[in-house]
Amino acid sequence: MKILVCITHVPDTTSKINFTDNNTRFNTAGVQFIIGPYDDYSLARAIEIKEATPGATVTVLNVGPADTEPTIRKALSVGADDAVRINAEPTDSFFVAKQIAEHAKSIGYDLILMGRESIDYNSGVVHGIVGELLGWPSVSPVMKLDIEGTKAKLAREIEGGKEFLEVNLPFVAGCQEPIAEWKIPNMRGIMSARTKPLKVVEPVSVDSGVKLQQFELPPPKGAVKMIAADNVAELVTLLKNEAKVL
Amino acid sequence: MAQDASSKKSLKQDVYDHPDFYAIDDLLTAEHKLIRSSIRDFVKKEITPYVEDWAQRAHFPYEIVKKFGDIGAFGPTVSEQYGGGGLDYISYGIIMQEIERGDSGMRSTASVQGSLVMYPIYKFGSEAQKKKYLPKLASGEWLGCFGLTEPDHGSNPGGMVTNFKDMGDHYLLNGAKMWISNSPRADIAVVWAKNEEGRVHGLVVERGMEGFSTPETHGKWSLRASATGELVFDNVKVPKENLLPGKSGLGAPLMCLDSARYGIAWGAIGAAMDCYDSARRYALERIQFGKPIASFQLVQKKLAEMLSEITKAQLLNWRLGTLMNEGKATTAQISLAKRNNVHVALEIAREARQIHGGMGITGEYPIMRHMMNLESVVTYEGTHDIHLLILGNNITGIPAFF
Ligand SMILES: Cc1cc2nc3c(=O)[nH]c(=O)nc-3n(C[C@H](O)[C@H](O)[C@H](O)COP(=O)(O)OP(=O)(O)OC[C@H]3O[C@@H](n4cnc5c(N)ncnc54)[C@H](O)[C@@H]3O)c2cc1C
Repeated sequence: MKILVCITHVPDTTSKINFTDNNTRFNTAGVQFIIGPYDDYSLARAIEIKEATPGATVTVLNVGPADTEPTIRKALSVGADDAVRINAEPTDSFFVAKQIAEHAKSIGYDLILMGRESIDYNSGVVHGIVGELLGWPSVSPVMKLDIEGTKAKLAREIEGGKEFLEVNLPFVAGCQEPIAEWKIPNMRGIMSARTKPLKVVEPVSVDSGVKLQQFELPPPKGAVKMIAADNVAELVTLLKNEAKVL
Repeated sequence: MAQDASSKKSLKQDVYDHPDFYAIDDLLTAEHKLIRSSIRDFVKKEITPYVEDWAQRAHFPYEIVKKFGDIGAFGPTVSEQYGGGGLDYISYGIIMQEIERGDSGMRSTASVQGSLVMYPIYKFGSEAQKKKYLPKLASGEWLGCFGLTEPDHGSNPGGMVTNFKDMGDHYLLNGAKMWISNSPRADIAVVWAKNEEGRVHGLVVERGMEGFSTPETHGKWSLRASATGELVFDNVKVPKENLLPGKSGLGAPLMCLDSARYGIAWGAIGAAMDCYDSARRYALERIQFGKPIASFQLVQKKLAEMLSEITKAQLLNWRLGTLMNEGKATTAQISLAKRNNVHVALEIAREARQIHGGMGITGEYPIMRHMMNLESVVTYEGTHDIHLLILGNNITGIPAFF
């Protein structure tokens, strides 16, 4: 069984976000990059499946420039067998999905896992587009995934509850917790990742309809005003006159 | 693996991040940074949520041994052939720094196993000894300890009285060691003892050998989450193949100490950075006289001095690490770093304790625990003053130990 895990290279969740070049570029100075947390869950589940399935392999893929390679090495150090980097800026969801689908066609995978969404642009649509481009089912957000022969049993989060599904392989899944626990690389894994293959592939050309114009930060949070629990009158006055929401 | 069911988990989130005022991260490789983030994640998951409870109860969490083995904290510089990590000395330093950021006692467990048990077997052991012991020590299946100090011989280990006699088909070992980290739970002990000619040799003593016992030392106010004890040898028959053949004389255990002291130089700064990080956050949050205490000059002075000392020590560690990698670091250079860094870490812990006010003496914050732990670290592996004598000897060529 061949599993492809697609990972994003995103700013750490505690990073300070600001922009340069007239708000058209994200300022990466001093920012730590990590594997997208949702992607990390899908990677952890893929490794578990690999460990339980003789002969299974896990390939990680990232669409990004060379500076994403440390992030890819981390994925190799937790147990992926090899990696592919599509050498391009991941400009929009369709562009990225197209690169993944083209690569997947050239290799032939049984399963493609990724996070339910990245945590930088949070579009949450790449898995759907990849499924569409390959003509495969796609499911998201998947919180449980068990392979049974040529099928998989999934649990998906839906409004107010869970949905249980059975899907034939191959398919695409966007994953979230608690599908597996994040894996921490151990020192042996980090050593062995040094020599695992990381192939760099040039992108296929895509006619993207999307062009980024400008970033804007949300307004800073205002100070909190504390009002005594029994002082409803003042609360109403403030909501009317200051917050102007009533 | 789950925690021991008795361990109480703290509800507080560990938000530690290290200061890097001189961009020393730029001197590290991507792999060093991955090692750091991995060990930091490990410490945040397996150590900091529980260590306050362990220390308060003076409980050594034995299950951490296997976890350290799994993550690769034991003998990271030992070759992979024997189950080690095959990593460089900067990596080793980073691992010790991150573990001691969590707790000096936990770091003691790891550095004794790596530098004081695996290292002598790796450097002075026979091929059969390496194959027998190293993989099991690296994986955490076995815990080891290092017996040099005796009740009457601490700073002066050359005066040791523990001794062994050649009985033809075995050695007969007699004597006692004191203040031995890991001893109460150790499966093996690397013991330094004199032969009939008075020459120091290393012997591997295994739990279960008749006449060998390891009573625990109770009532410590320091390294409370680490088990410390004695090693008592009452006519212990040690097989001849358990003698480390590669090196004899006091220089052999001192070489082990060099490796461990190097790890301590990094580790102590881990504890110092935890104190600084906590003090900085606390100073910005704690309001007195209508403003954060961080706005007072006297508090800023403390923080500025802490950061200055941390930054100098970080540079010292990095440079010493590159010398270690090149095989050029000297005992005196390692002494300087161990002494300096433990000393500044203690000062930083004390100042950080003051910034936390009354809260600083409670287990709500890691400060008092670090401070008490560092009181052992300043004494073991060569006391603060003995390192001055090592440096003094290096400067003048005149030994002033006796
Ligand atoms: C928690 C803990 C764990 C330890 N773990 C281990 C271990 O795993 N294995 C091991 O072998 N040992 C271990 N030790 C022992 C440690 O290395 C010794 O405590 C240390 O070497 C000091 O010896 P001592 O306690 O006998 O003090 P002493 O040697 O008696 O020193 C007392 C004081 O006298 C000073 N002094 C001594 N000689 C001189 C001199 N010539 N000039 C000036 N001042 C001097 C010292 O600096 C010190 O201030 C541990 C100790 C502790 C506290």
